[in-house]
Amino acid sequence: MADTVRTWRRVQVALVAAAALALTGCGGATVGGGGGGGSGGGSGAPCGTVNLAVNPWVGYEADAAVYEYVAKNKLNCTVTKKDLKEQVSWAGFGTGEVDLILENWGHPDLTKQYITDQKTAVDLGPTGNKGIIGWYVPPWLAQAHPDILDWKNLNNYADQFKTSESGDKGQLLDGDPSYVTNDNALVTNLGLNFKVVQGGSETALIQSFRQAEAQKQFFIAYFYEPQWFFEEMKLARVSLPPYTEGCDADPAKVACDYPPYDLNKIASAKFAGSGSPAAELAKKFQWTNDDQNSVARSIAVDKLSDEEAAKKWVEANQDKVNAWLPAGTS
Amino acid sequence: MATLAQPRLREWAVSTRTAVVAVLVAWLVLWVPLRGVNTLTLASSDLTPLHSWLNDLNTAVNASRNTNPIFLYVFNEIRLAIDTLVTLIQGLISQPAFGRPAPLLGWLGVVAVSGFAAWVFGNIKVALLTIVGLLFIGLQGLWQEGMDTLALTLAAVLVCLLIGIPLGVWAGVSDRVNRAITPVLDFMQTMPTFVYLAPLTLFFLIGPASATIATLIYAMPPVVRITAHGIRAVPRTTVEATESMGSTRWQTLTKVLLPMSRRTIVLGVNQTIMAALSMVTIAALIDAPGLGKTVIKALETLDVGTAFNAGLAIVVIAIVLDRVTTAAAARAESTHAPSPREHRRRQVLLGAGAAVTVACVVLSYRYVWASTFPTTDFGVGGPISRFADALTTWAQTNLSVITAGFKDGFSRVVLDSVEALLVQSPWWLVCAVVLALAALLGGARAAITAAICLALLIGTGLWADAMATLAATLVATAIVMVLGVVGGVWMGRSAGADRTIRPVLDAAQVMPAFVYLVPFLALFAASRFTAVVAAVVFAAPVAMKIIADGIRGVPAVTVEAATASGSSTRQLITKVQLPMARSALTLATNQGLIYVLSMVVVGGLVGAGALGFDVVAGFSQGSLFGKGLAAGVAIVLLGIMLDRITQAAARRARGAR
Repeated sequence: MADTVRTWRRVQVALVAAAALALTGCGGATVGGGGGGGSGGGSGAPCGTVNLAVNPWVGYEADAAVYEYVAKNKLNCTVTKKDLKEQVSWAGFGTGEVDLILENWGHPDLTKQYITDQKTAVDLGPTGNKGIIGWYVPPWLAQAHPDILDWKNLNNYADQFKTSESGDKGQLLDGDPSYVTNDNALVTNLGLNFKVVQGGSETALIQSFRQAEAQKQFFIAYFYEPQWFFEEMKLARVSLPPYTEGCDADPAKVACDYPPYDLNKIASAKFAGSGSPAAELAKKFQWTNDDQNSVARSIAVDKLSDEEAAKKWVEANQDKVNAWLPAGTS
Repeated sequence: MATLAQPRLREWAVSTRTAVVAVLVAWLVLWVPLRGVNTLTLASSDLTPLHSWLNDLNTAVNASRNTNPIFLYVFNEIRLAIDTLVTLIQGLISQPAFGRPAPLLGWLGVVAVSGFAAWVFGNIKVALLTIVGLLFIGLQGLWQEGMDTLALTLAAVLVCLLIGIPLGVWAGVSDRVNRAITPVLDFMQTMPTFVYLAPLTLFFLIGPASATIATLIYAMPPVVRITAHGIRAVPRTTVEATESMGSTRWQTLTKVLLPMSRRTIVLGVNQTIMAALSMVTIAALIDAPGLGKTVIKALETLDVGTAFNAGLAIVVIAIVLDRVTTAAAARAESTHAPSPREHRRRQVLLGAGAAVTVACVVLSYRYVWASTFPTTDFGVGGPISRFADALTTWAQTNLSVITAGFKDGFSRVVLDSVEALLVQSPWWLVCAVVLALAALLGGARAAITAAICLALLIGTGLWADAMATLAATLVATAIVMVLGVVGGVWMGRSAGADRTIRPVLDAAQVMPAFVYLVPFLALFAASRFTAVVAAVVFAAPVAMKIIADGIRGVPAVTVEAATASGSSTRQLITKVQLPMARSALTLATNQGLIYVLSMVVVGGLVGAGALGFDVVAGFSQGSLFGKGLAAGVAIVLLGIMLDRITQAAARRARGAR
């Protein structure tokens, strides 16, 4: 009994000693003490917080990086980035959790649901980026067999495109199901001896292109621009019968190329009408495919952080950035 | 009596086997003239009325969320409660909070508290493991991400246990409750997360609550099931004895049932933690903070090195939590009562440990160096990434020719034939075969369950896709079982092998599939085979662990007797150990199947098509939501059907033994 008491006393002494040591003994900077940078940088009215959806591809990350950099450093806004898939981002307009989508690829169903019917979102106009969708082949193939770049010649090579997944036909690999595809109808209606195989992800497409180029294999896949991967490999696009207005009206009868997409910005109705400098910046935000590619390259290939990549581009393109800002800001 | 019954049972077993073979032969014979008839195929962009109806339902729910009282009062309250819990834990260990620019506990505090807790509940060995593991994550340069993941996992696991253990106890004491919740648990475990991830954000908004709920839907079933199993395993006689002494039900529960099933319950907790960690990457798709985000971001640019580094941190957290809970379970079970002297010594040591811990906590609260993990020159993150990158590049340049050839051969010989048989047969032929097999192997009840599942499968409108998925699932499960037997026997017979292999198995189970998919794609292209390989990597460890456990469970006396009577090692394994571990083998088949099915969606991301792709597409495109949901249900139905047939077959086999 006495032993237990003594033990406990010893424990208490140790505790007190340790705490005292911790409090007084060592020095070093304390958490939250001193230094704390005042709200420097930028000028103009305070701007509040923007909830920015970030969809999972590098081009979008580039958009978000530059928008955030400018909003933060030139307009004093707080940008909260949320990593979300497209559908979830749109749903966020309805729940008030998302203010802004910076790069939207079409999505007519979501446009109808949230802009037309629910009226919780509005179109903020084009980003200036042109989305191109089509069939691409690795560079070696385009060089070795230039005629392959015309769809009419694809059947001559169908045998070489065979894989374990396509049976006795050539394989056309489709990728991320996020984007619209008419490939099944195209293959049927153009009388191609190919089978559409669902790769299921962008990762599957890129890795397949890399292997095909390295091993000099025949390979054709659904792909799109702008895309950071073009900075690594210049894929060649196969021409399909040209797109004309309305040629893709009936999904089952499509026999023409994909239309060029004007990628656009979508904002929640509340944010768009708030008059916040961040909303004005979003409306004016516009750049070219080359601009986006150069930032995407910094992120994907040079491995810069988002902020460094954005800073690099903004400093090299002051004039473009100034055009997005209210007069007299910079 | 057992010996008398033996010959008759063996006869029965033989006649069953003949009947099964007859059914399969009949199938093959009928397949030849009938193939391509009534296959119920649906093109990848086509919808059935059911799918469209589900789409409309989704839109309607979405539109009513601001007016519906269920949203306003029920879901909002749940969300608020969970958000508060997660934010609290984050403020404690990972995020700036309480008006401070840093969490309350800095790295030093977290390391000390975790190490101390591991020591108190486990032993000194796991305490050291905990400290080393956490420091390793810091050196990887992933301290904050790791803590965010830990915070979210702890919150999810906490809620799981709060609901799961009482539910498990209830299911343990009441057969009716057990029967009622089993299908629900099956549903929670096999329904692909991708199906409900987007709708969850409608109910619980984007944020920690949705991520936590997504995690706990998947992670709760193990603790419920295993707790129920533990309670049931308490010998009837013990319970009756207690009751006859006049104990109330509450006393029986707290004094007998719970203490006696404590070890099993801790194992359930352990499995729940593993399941929660396997959700880290998927939850990142709805903005869950932590290591999952690092993995997803890295894979946008196919940066295998960075993704692997983050994946490794998840593995480290998993191994630490696993070993600590296992040690805690062992301690709970240990009957060794310490002598007063040992007891006193431990008290003194614990007191000293507590003092050091308190000191560390205070330091980490006050000083920056103990709060934010310092970036040092000894960082291991860079070297790990570079190593993983180099290994991947080497493999894809040097091995891909061989592996591609292997993939082609295997696909042609095995996958194509099984798939042709299932997909090209008329639906009614497949149904007849499945029903016959279910009746033969599992009996009438299994056949009835199978009939219901098959009818509903047809109802989903995705019959052909379901058959393609079933084909790949069966092939993958067969491989899992071959590997499971080989690895399991090896581990079961050699403690050394077990010690070396087990960490690798743990890693294979919790390393996010996304990390190794990139090299797999390089080796095997976007194909069904890649999906099969990914499923095998995930499912084989479970089978190995279960079989190893079964082999170890064979009484030493039996093994010695067989060795003494001159059995060779081979005879010993095939004639004694494997037959006696038969129930472990069936359990391994069952779990192998379920685990393979849970990888169907991942397979859809790497070229397997079929149901997995339907689910992925449904998650990505609103207009395919209904079809994705139907595909998710189809996966659940396949799971329940295969589970019930194998379980029933296992019960019969056990009876026959």
